[in-house]
Amino acid sequence: MRWRFLARRLAMLVASLLVASFVIFGALYLAPGNPITALSGGRALPAASLRVLEQRYHLNQPFLAQYWYWLDNALHGNLGISITLQENVSAVIAGRMWTTGGLVLYAALIILVVGIGSGILAALRPGIADTSVLVTTAVSAAVPSFVAAIVLITVFSVKLGWFPALGNGTSLGSNVRHLTLPAIALALSSLAIVARVTRAAVREEADREHVQTAISRGIPARQLIRRHILRNAAIPITTVSGITIASLIAVAAVVETAFSLNGLGAYLVQAAQSKDLAVVQGISLVLVVAFVLINAIVDLLYALLDPRVALGSRAQ
Amino acid sequence: MSAMIEVPAARIRPAAGGVAGLLRSAGIAGLVSAAAIAVATVLAVIGPLVAPYNPDLPSLGLAWVGPSGGHLLGFDFEGRDVLSRLLAGAQSSMIGPLAVVIGALALGTALAVLAAWRQGPLDSVISACLDILFAFPGILLAVLAAAVFGAGLTAAAIALSIAYMPYVARVLRGAALKERSQPYVAALEVQGASGTSICLRHIVPNMMPLIVAQATIMFGWAMVDLAAVSFLGLGVQPPAPNWGVMISENQPGILQGYPLPALAAGICIVVVVIAFNILGERLFARAQAARR
Amino acid sequence: MSDAALLDVAGLTVALPVEGEQREVLRDVSLQIRPGEAVGLVGESGSGKSMTARAIDRLLPRGATVRGRIAFRGADVAALSGSQLRGYRNKVAMIFQDPRAHVNPVRRIGDFMTEALRTNLGVSAADARTRAADMLASVGIEDGERRLRQYPHEMSGGMLQRVMIAAALLTEPALLLADEPTTALDVTTQAEVMAILAELREQYGLSMLFITHDLELAAAICDRTVVMYAGQIVEVRASELLHGDPLHPYTAALAAARPDIGQQSSRLRAISGRPLSAFEAPPGECAFAPRCPHAQPQCVAAVPELTELDGGLSRCARVAELRGQLETTNA
Repeated sequence: MRWRFLARRLAMLVASLLVASFVIFGALYLAPGNPITALSGGRALPAASLRVLEQRYHLNQPFLAQYWYWLDNALHGNLGISITLQENVSAVIAGRMWTTGGLVLYAALIILVVGIGSGILAALRPGIADTSVLVTTAVSAAVPSFVAAIVLITVFSVKLGWFPALGNGTSLGSNVRHLTLPAIALALSSLAIVARVTRAAVREEADREHVQTAISRGIPARQLIRRHILRNAAIPITTVSGITIASLIAVAAVVETAFSLNGLGAYLVQAAQSKDLAVVQGISLVLVVAFVLINAIVDLLYALLDPRVALGSRAQ
Repeated sequence: MSAMIEVPAARIRPAAGGVAGLLRSAGIAGLVSAAAIAVATVLAVIGPLVAPYNPDLPSLGLAWVGPSGGHLLGFDFEGRDVLSRLLAGAQSSMIGPLAVVIGALALGTALAVLAAWRQGPLDSVISACLDILFAFPGILLAVLAAAVFGAGLTAAAIALSIAYMPYVARVLRGAALKERSQPYVAALEVQGASGTSICLRHIVPNMMPLIVAQATIMFGWAMVDLAAVSFLGLGVQPPAPNWGVMISENQPGILQGYPLPALAAGICIVVVVIAFNILGERLFARAQAARR
Repeated sequence: MSDAALLDVAGLTVALPVEGEQREVLRDVSLQIRPGEAVGLVGESGSGKSMTARAIDRLLPRGATVRGRIAFRGADVAALSGSQLRGYRNKVAMIFQDPRAHVNPVRRIGDFMTEALRTNLGVSAADARTRAADMLASVGIEDGERRLRQYPHEMSGGMLQRVMIAAALLTEPALLLADEPTTALDVTTQAEVMAILAELREQYGLSMLFITHDLELAAAICDRTVVMYAGQIVEVRASELLHGDPLHPYTAALAAARPDIGQQSSRLRAISGRPLSAFEAPPGECAFAPRCPHAQPQCVAAVPELTELDGGLSRCARVAELRGQLETTNA
């Protein structure tokens, strides 16, 4: 029965990716003017360059064929050439991927450790701990990442000088230092959501009847919490954490811009500003693939954690 | 005890206890939030008119000067009065999210009710399409739209509407399915009412508390996302006053020791979003309670 | 030795916190269970029967106030803690009404059954599994090894209830608290589960407190029956005498309300009004008086005490006068 679920989920995954790539490619034709103007970003290019563009994008072929060529190229790692940088888009992406990847990973770590941790704490220790977590999360959930960014820069960079305000850093150690404030800014509002959902899930599980059964059999508190409350609450907690982390991929662009990091997101924004469509398409594709993959993994984890799942996605 | 089954008439439940009940159940936090939202809304309408100084007139000699004289929040990077720019900026900062919410709700409700009413293959197709739409995070779609159509509030707002629509549709579809299985719907069908009229005059109004709650929370998200897009330079364009834009254009000042303009704009955003979050949560709780 | 009470509840009064105030749900409940004895606890919703079992098993919600004494083999249950409390929980097992809600859905049946053995009694995993499989056989579930690997959602309600009974018996308890174990099951399964309970009781010499709203069911399996109303005990009687010769009007009304399959009648006889919880009962009078067809002025003058009559107890002010006149049939 699990295999049917997996097969269905895989099919959804592929369908999502195909549709997403189609939309990203089709954006070329949604742009005002013709594809050539869109690709050149409104710049006046010499005729030779225009012919190269025509050929590379197979613009004299039917729409679907063009899409196919583009997709085929993309799957082989060829995402075109950046008009502004005159470089291979894939090369640029490869170069900047680690910054974005590192940032998202760092933020994910913060969310998981601090978010889930404080949620569990608030649920199992009602009183001061609970109230303070509730109040803090209510506020931080509303703080957008770029606002968090400027506050963090103001307090920790300018006033206290603990962390650098901008840039990437040179070595691994300084990389981590440079990514700390951005990671916190990125994690802050998601952290609040994860903490609240964790708290709610743990509280709900603690009230369930099967916990009463375990208590009546004298199971000690530690085991009770671990095996019956947290283990069951892990299902909604994992789902929310996964979705939240997936959404970090898009918001990373904002944080990278605020901290002048040379990540994929920052590059995407610059390309959008300068209408470098090939780059925008290439990076969008990479980000969407990452987003869809993470969501699929979350669905998989959900199926693994909950033995009652036979069919359908978690969207039941 | 006679056992006659009564089919309840189509019910549109007014808020329990009327407006007074609404106010009482909101609690202090709810009331303060509602007040904050009211203020922000009023400013969105008359902001530019009540600004004490001209929000658009640069005066470079006064750049980065702190609070002084009648200028409560000082001057920004181009010597413009920060407070005035904040008041004027309320307009674009609030209208964008409003458009997003209306768009996402209209589309989402329509699709949700349609899927719930017809069920069967149409429902599967709509649900599958919605599932696929979930692949696009809001900001990404907005950036893509800006690259294709050029930077601006309109493109960003439309992109976000489309990105939010699946969330609305999913929540409302569940509620619509529940409504559809209520006895009064069957009673109306038997009486010959058409599907459209039942949906429009009974199902949707009965889902109103949930729709309003969803709209409120979504306003907060939209505000954050749109401000982010403007912060990135892809939404509202400078020199137009807008809270997101103000943060990005005044950010360099932070490193030079003048954080106030950027922070002030940030605080405005946070306060309004918190207010919408709190109010939205209260409304959700009421909507849940009303359904029991 | 076999006459000394295994469980001795004396003057148990419990109040639960509801919206800031304490609401009484049990008032001055006293009962004894001797080793090997089965006592039925009968009442409608709100009578406090489940609360009594929970109080005995120390499963009351946080903030509950408890007065009175519960003693198990002479030891005060409320004073137990740590390993002593765990030992108590091994000796007193509880089975619940809705098996599907009371078994952890994400863990296997094997884990569920052997958990107490492994954790509290230090039994090895392999040993515990063997015992569990054997116990499953005694409750009529074949192929125990395979069942142990299954998840709760793969079993029917009736089977799950049998699993719960088996799990409860693995720690070799002396007393079984059964809180409406068959209410959530269909009638055929009910009969099967009841048969299993009766058989195992005999086999292991268990005492049992059997909670139900069904007077006849309690009478069928229990030696003595206790009837509760509004958080108080209103009658205690040997089961075989209860139906034909009840001492309290409420018991008679309960018996009469149940349609007799062998009889024809024109209307279902229900008791007018609705059952009350302890805190809803009018103070200073007999809690059943508003609904009682035999009420007299003396019944609303004071709360009646439990009076002994002919080997049974009754909380009726007019017990002596009404003896033999209470109708228990539907005719």
